[in-house]
Amino acid sequence: MSSDTLFDRITAYENRADPYPLYAELRESKVARQHDGSYLVGTYDEITALLHDPRVSSDPRNLTDPDESVFRDDSLPPAFIAVDDPEHDRLRRLAMRPFGPPHTPGRIDALRDDITAIARELITGLLGKDRIDLVEDFAYPLPVTVICRLLGVPHDDIPRMHAWTTTIITSLDLTPGQDRHEKRQTALEARRQMAGYFGELARNRRGRPSDDMLSALVNDSGSDGPLTETEVMTTAVLLLIAGHETTVNLITNGMLTLLRHPEELARLRREPELMPAAVEELLRYEPPVQLLPRRTPLADIEIAGTTIPKGATLILVLASGNRDPLRFSDPDRFDPTRRDNQHLGFGSGVHNCYGAPLARVETQIALTELLSSLGPLQLDAGPPPYRRSPVLRGPRHLLVTQGPGTSSAP
Amino acid sequence: MTGEPRGGRIVVVGASLAGLRAAEALRAKGFAGELTIVGDEPRPPYDRPPLSKQVLLGRVRAQDVGLPRRRAVAARWRLGVSATGLDPSVKRVLLADGDRLRYDRLLIATGTRARPWPHPEQAALDGVLTLRTVDDAGRLADRLDAGPRRVLVIGAGFTGSEIASACRERGLDVTVVERGPAPLVGALGGKLGALAADAQRAHGVDLRCGVTVSELRGTDGRLTGAELSDGGRIDADVAVVALGAVRNTEWLTGSGLAAGSRGVACDAGCRAFDMYGIVTDDVFVAGDVARFPHPLFEYQMLSLEHWGNAVAQAEVAAHNMVSAGPDRRPHLTVPAFWSSQFGLNIKSVGVPTFSDQVMIAQGSPQEGRLVAVYGYRGRVTAAVSVNRAKWLEHYRHLIESGAPFPPGPGAADGPPAPVPVPSDVPDPAALSHGPTVALTGHLPDRRLAVVHRGGPADQHSHDQEQP
Repeated sequence: MSSDTLFDRITAYENRADPYPLYAELRESKVARQHDGSYLVGTYDEITALLHDPRVSSDPRNLTDPDESVFRDDSLPPAFIAVDDPEHDRLRRLAMRPFGPPHTPGRIDALRDDITAIARELITGLLGKDRIDLVEDFAYPLPVTVICRLLGVPHDDIPRMHAWTTTIITSLDLTPGQDRHEKRQTALEARRQMAGYFGELARNRRGRPSDDMLSALVNDSGSDGPLTETEVMTTAVLLLIAGHETTVNLITNGMLTLLRHPEELARLRREPELMPAAVEELLRYEPPVQLLPRRTPLADIEIAGTTIPKGATLILVLASGNRDPLRFSDPDRFDPTRRDNQHLGFGSGVHNCYGAPLARVETQIALTELLSSLGPLQLDAGPPPYRRSPVLRGPRHLLVTQGPGTSSAP
Repeated sequence: MTGEPRGGRIVVVGASLAGLRAAEALRAKGFAGELTIVGDEPRPPYDRPPLSKQVLLGRVRAQDVGLPRRRAVAARWRLGVSATGLDPSVKRVLLADGDRLRYDRLLIATGTRARPWPHPEQAALDGVLTLRTVDDAGRLADRLDAGPRRVLVIGAGFTGSEIASACRERGLDVTVVERGPAPLVGALGGKLGALAADAQRAHGVDLRCGVTVSELRGTDGRLTGAELSDGGRIDADVAVVALGAVRNTEWLTGSGLAAGSRGVACDAGCRAFDMYGIVTDDVFVAGDVARFPHPLFEYQMLSLEHWGNAVAQAEVAAHNMVSAGPDRRPHLTVPAFWSSQFGLNIKSVGVPTFSDQVMIAQGSPQEGRLVAVYGYRGRVTAAVSVNRAKWLEHYRHLIESGAPFPPGPGAADGPPAPVPVPSDVPDPAALSHGPTVALTGHLPDRRLAVVHRGGPADQHSHDQEQP
């Protein structure tokens, strides 16, 4: 029985609220081999080196002992998050064309007013309520509305997106001892349905573009040639899921952290111009993506005195690297004015978070609007209930009580 | 060091990137004394990389390429006047307007200038330009706006290639004449030079390699074309001379410093050497004009015309100007530069010319995306990416740690069997031509004699050096 390994303890649900002591334990050994032959890495320099190492693969098909159920579905190619260069580079580059510079430099900035309006509308619904679930009432609907609008998903279809993504995300839960096979099958089916939905949406946009990314993806003919129809489908699925599941946690972790640091919260109310730096610190202090669970070396890689064999499961614990005292001074302190804050909240290297510019803007606006519009908030004692996933970590609910009188007019 | 490190008088000669960043760093580190910045151009410091890119494409006006200021420097700016001499024995900088600036510590950051066309009467033809300054870029952009029939670019280094790229992007006909076998060969070697040549031709450049311009021709004082060493002729209304840079060290002639056409030699802490190889206490060097020993490259004296080097070296120089001996820091930054041309984003770490072999480690020229790794005597010394910049961090680490060359296989997008080939650059061991030149930058063509100082204050006593 191997229920006792460090990784088992990290993924165990009872440690979800505070995995940081386990990360400190992990950093003591830099590279920690687990009984099952996987390798955990939790120190900043080593994680960074591996994220930039061209011999480290993101494609789970390169694992010596891959989870076969992942690859049974031949109808859908993997998204760019799960393949390596040059395929990764081609897919990501094509997906970047309608999203960011150099071809579409203004896309994210143009969303600022929309995001602010959505946030304010959600907050208007909270004014006067004395009990708020920040997840259900705000942190979830904000990014999901934004990403659906960005991709071109009709508003009425958001509930279907919610159901599919929940199923898919659940399969990422690494809690041992559960029937992973069954969960994977369910998740694959959800992914197929979602991809089918996007395929139909995309077909309708081909030749009849509206001002959204899906239209741009199917109608773009850059020098690399267009994405195929199935590539558009898997890319859209990836962007929709990654485009909000992580941001929900970033916003929620952010409010939780601020409520636990009332002085910093008060300061951000007074000096909202500190918010961009504060969001960077949140990405370091409580990153929504805690770890990358399935990298693997394409050759034996020696790092910090350990040789990680080709094909082994390599787990990079980003959240641990973010608290590495060799890289960050006083790493367990939440300091919104921290300088030299090159955190791993968005990963690093070629798979560096594609949606980072959007996540930053959304979270900056979300937290600024919450702080400026809501009155004093009271946090329930004790940790909130967390979502299952140890990978995409965040509270399932975050209940707060509003103090008497809100600062904003109705 | 003389006097109080955070007080006294500091003169910075050179008001460009290195000079400005050094001045800012001096203030950031608490220098509270009198700071004077001398620049021969009449304008405040500006940024050069856009001059051969966005400015020529008409996206930014030449006069708008400022440098972001990091902090106030509270300096006395002496702009539009060049330094003409230096007398370290009495610590004075001579200016062209006759002024003399006294200093306690001096920073030399005079950089380089465009190498002019060697025949003055041909260089004076209307339509013959160089590209180094804001004024140069403004003039060239105006010429391109006017729609010349053909632009001739002489020299296919980074500047020449970027100019040609901008011309093609504007739809202008352009001929590039390059003495070497391919563009960029001098900086990147033959392997990537061939890729650059393909890119130029694919974008419609009339590229002539292995050829030189033997004469620029004109009528009524206006450029009409050029004759080439292979007997060819080019008709062009505009010719841009892009033959590299000349280091601005002439003003130091007779100063007794180790200054020559290769730059001003200094130690790892940016302190200038004198001509006898003795390190000075109060004269520092930074930026394009500096030559410094780099431990990652066998302590050879490198001079780098890189934006990033100017910034990093200026900061080290400034730090050391206000720090006592044990607190001084070395300038160890891994060199890096970038270029964009013909749809290629080229980035480099390390020193590609410091190599004997090169191999494609990732991607391929056919894809137009690759990482080339350079090695010297079995160590990784450089890497250059083409449209694959995010991987360079890995190779920078290999360079810093002296990792073996060739690096091991296994990259996801690596060739099945990576093969190192000769890098086609001059042997790095010959770069310094022996220790005398290594230090002073002078050829050993004069007998050195120790000169006893002590003459009248403003005389250049070292002029007494024996012939």
